Amino acid sequence: MLSEKSLGSLIRDKGREGRRGFTLPKNDVENVDLGKVLPKKALRDEKPRLAEVDEPTVVRHYTNLSRKNWGIDTNFYPLGSCTMKHNPRANEAAAANPGFASLHPLQPEKQSQGALRVMHELQGFLAEVSGLPAVSLQPLAGAQGELTSILMVKKFFEDAGDSGRTTVIVPSTAHGTNPATATMAGFKSKEIGVDEHGGVDVEELREAVDGTTAALMITNPNTCGVYERNISEIAEILHGSGAFLYMDGANMNANMGRMRPAEAGVDIMHYNLHKTFSTPHGGGGPGCGAIASTENLAPFRPDPTVEKHGDEFHFVRPEKSIGRVAGFHGNFGPILRAWNYIKMHGPELRDVTDMAVLNANYVRAKLGGTYRVPYNELCKHEVVIQPPEGKRALDIAKGLIDHGYHPPTIYFPLVVKEAMLIEPTESESKETLDDFIGAMLELAETSEEDLEASPTTAPTRRLDETRAARQLKARW
Amino acid sequence: MARFTPHTEADVREMLEAIGVESIEDLFADVSPKLDSELNLPPTLSEYEALRDVEEAARENDTGLPMFLGAGAYDRIIPSSVGAMLSRGEFLTAYTPYQPEVSQGGLQVIFEFQSMISELTALEISNASVYDGANAVVEAALMTARLTKRNPKVAVSAGLNPRYREVIETYGAEIVTLSHNNGTTNFSEVPDDVSGVFVQNPNYFGIVEDIEAASEAAHDVDALCVAVCDPISLSVLEAPGNLGADIAVGEAQPLGMPLSFGGPYAGYMATKEEFVRQLPGRITGETVDRDGKLAYVLTLRGREQDIRRARANSNICTNQALTALAATVYTALMGPEGLREVAELSASKAHYLADKLTDAGMRLRYPDSPFLWEFVVEMGDVERANEALLDAGIIGGYDLGDGAMLIAVTEKRTKEELDAFVEVVANA
Repeated sequence: MLSEKSLGSLIRDKGREGRRGFTLPKNDVENVDLGKVLPKKALRDEKPRLAEVDEPTVVRHYTNLSRKNWGIDTNFYPLGSCTMKHNPRANEAAAANPGFASLHPLQPEKQSQGALRVMHELQGFLAEVSGLPAVSLQPLAGAQGELTSILMVKKFFEDAGDSGRTTVIVPSTAHGTNPATATMAGFKSKEIGVDEHGGVDVEELREAVDGTTAALMITNPNTCGVYERNISEIAEILHGSGAFLYMDGANMNANMGRMRPAEAGVDIMHYNLHKTFSTPHGGGGPGCGAIASTENLAPFRPDPTVEKHGDEFHFVRPEKSIGRVAGFHGNFGPILRAWNYIKMHGPELRDVTDMAVLNANYVRAKLGGTYRVPYNELCKHEVVIQPPEGKRALDIAKGLIDHGYHPPTIYFPLVVKEAMLIEPTESESKETLDDFIGAMLELAETSEEDLEASPTTAPTRRLDETRAARQLKARW
Repeated sequence: MARFTPHTEADVREMLEAIGVESIEDLFADVSPKLDSELNLPPTLSEYEALRDVEEAARENDTGLPMFLGAGAYDRIIPSSVGAMLSRGEFLTAYTPYQPEVSQGGLQVIFEFQSMISELTALEISNASVYDGANAVVEAALMTARLTKRNPKVAVSAGLNPRYREVIETYGAEIVTLSHNNGTTNFSEVPDDVSGVFVQNPNYFGIVEDIEAASEAAHDVDALCVAVCDPISLSVLEAPGNLGADIAVGEAQPLGMPLSFGGPYAGYMATKEEFVRQLPGRITGETVDRDGKLAYVLTLRGREQDIRRARANSNICTNQALTALAATVYTALMGPEGLREVAELSASKAHYLADKLTDAGMRLRYPDSPFLWEFVVEMGDVERANEALLDAGIIGGYDLGDGAMLIAVTEKRTKEELDAFVEVVANA
């Protein structure tokens, strides 16, 4: 596909000593001799073995690498739990505006009123969508939003003098980040099972909750794509014992304008602005894991949040803040994009949710019968299915690649064997869904041998992952 | 119908029929409690109107002026090719490379990023990046605890960026404060029960520290040494791996990322190969496919949350792939000589400014300590000085809050701007 005959494949292999890819302005003051102003032993003797390449080579190299990558722009990408929706380019135009791109995070508040206003307005939007009034935009990713939330819960109990709250309960369907977060925040994580809808087993929860429980980490809709129909009862059980209900907001694309976590009894949650509000995933980041909470957890939010006093916006340290979780105020780029996205939707955010849920149910209806649907009831924005008896999720996934589709999330949630979690999102047309469904139905009929050989049309075939770990080579 | 949804009314009807429900409302029959009212959000805007609002908000910020603020984020020249590569939709709109066959581009970029960080730090292994410099610091603090099997307790001085220190505190690690002489950390007083000793280089005041002294002090008490390094400085300063540091971390923002009011940036982390199992975050490794063709894949996944859940070495999920791409493209364009030139230009201009300020009667707070491009000047009323600078069209330095200004000078600043700065503060 790519001509690299006389070249190695890494950027460093494409260079030659003395080549340069960029020129800098000439020095207009006296050159300082670093050997004179710094201690000799502080200086580097050997230059780092970096690429020495020209600009045309750099641009071609990374452009060609991009062609070995699939994104939403190139392929349908129904990766469950990740909300791979279209990323509007208006958001990119907003983030590139030099009035924001060149704004230093430590410029005085008076010099950054526009940025503070954006943050303040987004705080308000996120409060409205969740019904939870106290927002912090600082967490830099979903996992950090989880950690921030659980640290706030921890600090609440410390502040209340309640030292017995040692446990966070996590359902077996939870994202791996949930139990990892509980551990990182210094809690024991206790796993409970799920009912026939993939929802929290209420009876098991009732038995698990006691005076040591700090919180339950719930995902709604759950990771099986099903609405937690007992959520109000779950909240009552926790509140009855003085514990909090935390909601992982990874699946908020199913809720906007249709339900608000606050009214269901949720005390604190995180959003993924890179999922629900369309900021680009960027190959794995940056994101933003903004959190929203009730007033009683508000004093514990990270430092700082933005408040409006009169006509001016200010950074304020919440009274009993857990402290900072980021070097500055959060990932402002995603914050600005999400603000712009919400403004381009307004109350029509509900249509986003409606179409996302319509698309997932359509896929469920069309694949059911050929594929097994363990929770064959109304789903929300995603649906979990299993391959026909005797076939493996991994093989179907790799087969999809040869049909031009990015595979769904596979082997998650863990409670469903051979799980394939499909999240089409609202951005996809009926034609795209029909073609995808057609490919899925064809793969269900494809011989195991052919499936096992796939992919054959991608930049590589299946990889030897064991070798990568056993003979670790993670650098040139 | 919302902006980015393709369905016509006919599509919706056909799909509802296929599902076997009458209406969209029926799809939410299981939802309780329902929201019955419309979301109270501002009215829907067209793209043009929304971007007009963006422009209006942007104008409420003071930008486009010569900048002397640093303190952890730097106003450096960014080659146009960096943004062009980042705007490739294949990179921009991809997610974590769970399916390596269709993610080879992103995986190779990470492999190259890791290689560049390893080269700059002289440490064997780098991860794929973490959220930002502050988070790289706190992850390193927790890593020292796991590796030494001690409680997380780290020795730091005021030379460590105070925002990094605050994040360490948030994550529950204990901090022992080391004193400093003339801005340079005193490593002779490290307690023997710490898990890590931190040294930032250049430190928060811009001063070049002695990493070797820090690592000796750490190893004397069987703790680990963490060096927090500005990556641009590593083109001219000895690499931390050659000075005994066990872990090197830092803020990768100076490598091609716009200031963007504090993010997105990327944190880098590098360590010795023997410590790799305790390194958090994604790592890309080399392997082959079925046909023996060279390829890249996420590896050592057994450390991570999606596999180990409650026993993972961190809850960190993804890396900062897009900003790591910026760092990779920037570093490729600059090369070792370009990075050195950025460092030397910045240092030349900073020393020029420091000399001129001294000539004008101002005093450096740490006159005997070596610095590169950032330094502290006694200024009395810093707020007033910064206001005078803003009136003259200049963004001043960082107010340390005790009568001193922390001034950063990058390769962007011209002699004219430096002279104007001196003139304004000398008369303020």
